[in-house]
Amino acid sequence: MTEPLIRLKGIHKYYGDYHALRGIDLDIRAGEFFSLLGPSGCGKTTLLRTIAGFEDVSKGTVVIGGQDMTALPPNKRPTNMVFQSYAIFPHLTVAQNVGFGLRKAKGTSEEKAKRVAEALQMVGLAGYGDRAAHALSGGQRQRVALARALVLRPKVLLLDEPLSALDKKMREQMQVELIRLQRQVGITFILVTHDQEEALVMSDRIAVMFEGDVAQIAEAETLYRRPVSRRVAEFIGTMNFLPATVGGDEVVVAGLGRMPVSSLQNTATTEGESVAGFRPETATLLFPGQEATDRIAEGTVTEVVYYGDMTYYDVRLTGAADPVRISMRNVFGRPVLEIGAQARLSWSPGAVTLFR
Amino acid sequence: MLRAYTIAFLIFLYAPILLLPVFAFNDGTVIAFPLDGFTTKWFEELWTNAELHAALVNSLLVACASSVLAVLLGIAAARANIRYKFPGKTAAMGLIMLPLVLPEIIVAVSLLVVAIRILGLDLSLWTVVAAHVLICTPFAVAILNASFQSLDASLEEAAIDLGFTRGETFRLITLPLIMPGIVAALLISFTISLDEFIIAFFLTGSDPTLPVYIWSLLRFPRLIPVVMALGTILMVVSISILILAEWNRRRGLRRAGVADKGGFL
Repeated sequence: MTEPLIRLKGIHKYYGDYHALRGIDLDIRAGEFFSLLGPSGCGKTTLLRTIAGFEDVSKGTVVIGGQDMTALPPNKRPTNMVFQSYAIFPHLTVAQNVGFGLRKAKGTSEEKAKRVAEALQMVGLAGYGDRAAHALSGGQRQRVALARALVLRPKVLLLDEPLSALDKKMREQMQVELIRLQRQVGITFILVTHDQEEALVMSDRIAVMFEGDVAQIAEAETLYRRPVSRRVAEFIGTMNFLPATVGGDEVVVAGLGRMPVSSLQNTATTEGESVAGFRPETATLLFPGQEATDRIAEGTVTEVVYYGDMTYYDVRLTGAADPVRISMRNVFGRPVLEIGAQARLSWSPGAVTLFR
Repeated sequence: MLRAYTIAFLIFLYAPILLLPVFAFNDGTVIAFPLDGFTTKWFEELWTNAELHAALVNSLLVACASSVLAVLLGIAAARANIRYKFPGKTAAMGLIMLPLVLPEIIVAVSLLVVAIRILGLDLSLWTVVAAHVLICTPFAVAILNASFQSLDASLEEAAIDLGFTRGETFRLITLPLIMPGIVAALLISFTISLDEFIIAFFLTGSDPTLPVYIWSLLRFPRLIPVVMALGTILMVVSISILILAEWNRRRGLRRAGVADKGGFL
């Protein structure tokens, strides 16, 4: 096991009485695309700024590249940051912005100009060097900010909600470009985002944070399929929750019936009241003539939301109070079920998680 | 109705000032209509009056010194005000801005007492400078507050992140971006100090500033047209400086690509 590039040990941060970071332990590997994901106020940006050196830690250590950097200011750390507002210097041109950090680097002005041109090329802004910075669009500013940080070849690039100011289409385009860029330069990227889809699409690993603490660190697929808590499950994608009662080796889930506890995925088994959850796409509505592949639950369709390629059905299962949501890919020639129709649901216990 | 009122108001406000140039070019020592004919001899008299020149030099020195000092203090205060939270900030800012609303005569008398009785200073241009810094600083702080307000804090962080120290960041990023505010603050402080009479009258020693000198001229009716001529020149200079300050501020906004949120004036 190689040494991680960044090792955060027992990071605490207090603002007066407010406990913003509550003992964070985190290892980030070299070359990884790592995301800090969580709702606003969970401390993800504070944690990022701790790595950059903009926030002093109240307790704990920040080790980057095997070196304790807890006490170093941002200008002495091998990290560079893309700010949420992009922080493009308005009085400088694009090339002067990108070359700003190079002013302190060694090398002739020709070499530096070449590096600036390469960086601009990399982010798709070749030939924009002489433009005034304030005349750029949002997407272009973002690219300049990226080029300005990458031109210094940092060990770590920190991105603070870099896509939140862009419109949906631009955001999706930049997601793909950031992934491409990260593979190309091989630098460790740490992304802060509140957008779970963004984190799932872009990251090698994701740390989900709530209230100053890390709830789960995992790859996208694990996070989605095996959330460690109901809270993580709710935050990542959609999950249907049904009340469950555990008694001995068996569990009764409202609407799904009785089954052995061991047939479900479970985070921890405790006697008594619990909750079971499954993702909308793990169950299937059976249309006339279709046979169940696993177990069957019955209910009534209470809502139909048609998306063209998909239809979302809300189904109230017999014995459950709240409807569950089922997403179905539409098949050409097959009619969409209507509200009030009887529904048969094919589901498998392996896709159901029992939460503490 | 409102329009008529506005026009009447503006006339009431500015007509007296317009009389200055009228009588400055009037060929007669009595300030009354009808006019006696056109002359530039009052301006010529200004040109040859050595005492006046000394007073002008005094005023320029005082205005330069106090505007520079006020703006330096203003930069520090405005930056602290906008960027940091600390206990007693509201009180400190309130005290800095207080001279804006204090009657100048009170400021003048109390400073006179402090300077002579407590500090045991001899009155000189420097005591005037110190007092003018006191009354110019609130104006400088007001203008520079706006400059720091419109300066995104992450710009400074970005420069530090790119490897620069705080000092270098201030010189390379902060200073150029607030420069229009600094220039505007300098010009306005300069104008305020140049025009200021009451405090200068109390605190000046044997070297009068220009307004104090003008006041002394009023005792000689023969010289009143000279005062008018001087007043005309001062008015033109003051207005020019204020226009320059505003023009400079707008140019700064345009360069930074920021929307105009309304200036200090």
